Amino acid sequence: MNQIKDIEQLKKIATQVRRDIVRQVHGCQSGHPGGSLGCTDLLVALFFNIMKHNNQFNMIGEGEDLFFLSNGHISPVIYSVLARSGYFDVSELATFRKLNSRLQGHPTTHEHLPGIRMSAGSLGQGLSVAIGAAISKKLKNDSCMVYALMGDGEQNEGQIWEAVQFAPHHKVDNLIAIVDVNGQQIDGPTEQVMSNRNLANKYSAFGWQIVYMDGNNMADVVTSLNKAKELCGKGVPVVIMMKTEMGAGVDFMMGSHKWHGVAPNDEQLQSALAQLEETLGDY
Amino acid sequence: MKKYTYTEKKDTRSGFGAGMTELGRTNPDVVTLCADLVGSLKIDTFIKENPQRFIQCGIAEANMIGIAAGLSIVGHIPFATTFANFGSGRVYDQIRQSVAYSNKNVKIAVSHAGLTLGEDGATHQILEDIGLMKMLPGMTVINPCDYNQTKAATIAAANYEGPVYLRFGRPVVPVFTDAEQTFEIGKAWLMNEGTDVTIIATGHLVWEAVQACEQLAEMGINAELINIHTIKPLDEEAILTSVSKTGCVVTCEEHNRLGGLGDSVAQVLIKNNPLPQEYIAVDDSFGESGTPAQLMEKYGLDAAHIVKAVEKVIKRKKAN
Repeated sequence: MNQIKDIEQLKKIATQVRRDIVRQVHGCQSGHPGGSLGCTDLLVALFFNIMKHNNQFNMIGEGEDLFFLSNGHISPVIYSVLARSGYFDVSELATFRKLNSRLQGHPTTHEHLPGIRMSAGSLGQGLSVAIGAAISKKLKNDSCMVYALMGDGEQNEGQIWEAVQFAPHHKVDNLIAIVDVNGQQIDGPTEQVMSNRNLANKYSAFGWQIVYMDGNNMADVVTSLNKAKELCGKGVPVVIMMKTEMGAGVDFMMGSHKWHGVAPNDEQLQSALAQLEETLGDY
Repeated sequence: MKKYTYTEKKDTRSGFGAGMTELGRTNPDVVTLCADLVGSLKIDTFIKENPQRFIQCGIAEANMIGIAAGLSIVGHIPFATTFANFGSGRVYDQIRQSVAYSNKNVKIAVSHAGLTLGEDGATHQILEDIGLMKMLPGMTVINPCDYNQTKAATIAAANYEGPVYLRFGRPVVPVFTDAEQTFEIGKAWLMNEGTDVTIIATGHLVWEAVQACEQLAEMGINAELINIHTIKPLDEEAILTSVSKTGCVVTCEEHNRLGGLGDSVAQVLIKNNPLPQEYIAVDDSFGESGTPAQLMEKYGLDAAHIVKAVEKVIKRKKAN
C-alpha cells in the first residue's frame, strides 16, 4: 500500500470512514457507532500511513505489519478502513450485519473476509493473539510489527492481564498495544462501572513502555505511532494510551456512553452526515 | 479372541512427549506452549532440543490459547499443553472464539484427563471435556489408548490442518498397540471380530475392553471390539457395519455418560439403525480422590463392569 503522508488527506479519509460507519449502522439499525467513530483516526493512520500491508490479502502476512482488533464490536470502522484500502469493494459495506454477509456483527475469519485474521467479539482475547503473532514473526525472522487495539472497558477482562504480564517477561518488543481510553462502557462511565484507576501505571508496573496519544487529532496520532515504533526493538513491549471521545465527529453522539451500541434513525443519520463531508464518495 | 499382549506399562502422556520429541526433530514449524506443567506433559526433551520453540506461559491458560492462535496465523503449528481440565473447561470461550470459530491450526494437547489422574480428586478430573470439545464446529477430538497410539496421534495431529483436541492421561497402562503404526484421524480400528455384541471403546478403556472380551470369550460370548480413537469426526461407517452384524452395542469411555462417545454412537444408531446400547461411563457425577484402579472400579469403568453391560445388552437384544 502507498503511504499517505499528508495529514489533511488522512483527515479527509477519516471523514469518509465516519460517514461509512454511521451509514452501515443505520442500514441495519444495529451495531456500535460510538467506539467506531472514536477509533477512526487511529485506524486511518495505521492503514494509510503507518503499516506496511498488502490489500491482496493472505492470512500469514509474511513481510507485512499485522493489525488485530480485540474490541470487535467496533467492526464498522475496520470494515470501512479495509474497504477503503482496497481489500474488498466498498459496495459490500451495505451488507453489514445482514444475512449471508461477510461483514458479520463482529469481525470473523469464518466468512473469509479479506483483512481479518482473527474472530473478535468476546472481549479480552486480542492482545494474547497479537502477542502470539509477534512471537511467530520473530521466530520466522520477519522484522515487521504487530498492532493490537483494545477498549478501556475491555481492560476489566482477566485475560488482558495474563497477556500484560506475559509480553514483558518474554521481551515481545515487536508489538504495539493500543488502549482506546474513551472512559465509557455499556453500563456507563468506566470510572463508575469498574474503574481502571491509573491504567498507565498498571501497565508500567507490569513492565511496559507507555506512549500517550490524542486519538482524535490526526497529526498527534501519526506522531505518537511513530514514537511508539521508535521504542520497539529494545526488549520491552509498548502500549499507547489513546485518549478518544466516543462518537468523535458527530456532535450528538459525543460525551456519553449512550451511543455505544445504538443506531441512528433517519433524521439522526441526516444530522450526522451533514457534519461529515463526503470526500471519497459514499458506497 | 485375537490376543493382545504387553511387555511394559507406560503413561499415554509419555507417548505424547515422545511424539513431540520426534516433531521437534522433523518439523521446524512445530512450537510448544505450556502453562507451568512441563514435567507432567513429558515435553522436557522437546524443550531441551528446541529451546527457542518452547513458550512458557505460566499459570495463565486463557492467554496461552490466544498466544497459540496468534502463532498459527503466521504459520507455526502450536501445541498448547496443560491438564485436560485447564485446557478445555477453564478456557472454553478462548477455544471457541480464537481457535474453533477462527479455524486456527492449533493443537490443544492435554494430560490427566478423566478419573485416572487419581488422588488429586474431582477439581482436576474433568469428565466433560469430550462433550465440550465435540460440540465446537470444526474441532477434531482424539482420545488415544496407549503410549504408542498417543505418539502416533500426536504426529498425525501436527500433519493435519485444523484445530485438534488431543486428550490423554496420567497413569501407566499396558502398551499393546504397535510401536510403528500409522494413525489415521477419523478411522476406527477393528481390534476383534465378533458376532454377539459390538464393544466400542476409547482411551484408557480400550485395555479394559480387551480384558472384558477375553472374559466374554470364556463365557462363550463372541464380542466385536472397535477402538474409536477419534471421537470427532466419528467413523460412522465402521460402527454401522459392525452393529448390522451384532445387533447391540456397549460404549466405553472415561467421561460423563452425558455428551461423550456414547452419545455420539447413540446418534448414529438413532438415525440409521436403532439398536440396544449400554453405556460404560461415569453416571453424571464428579469424581473423587483414590487410586486409578479404585476409581475405575467404584465408578463402573473396569472390565468387570463392561462384562455385565454386555450381558445386559444381549438380554435386551434377545427380548426385542
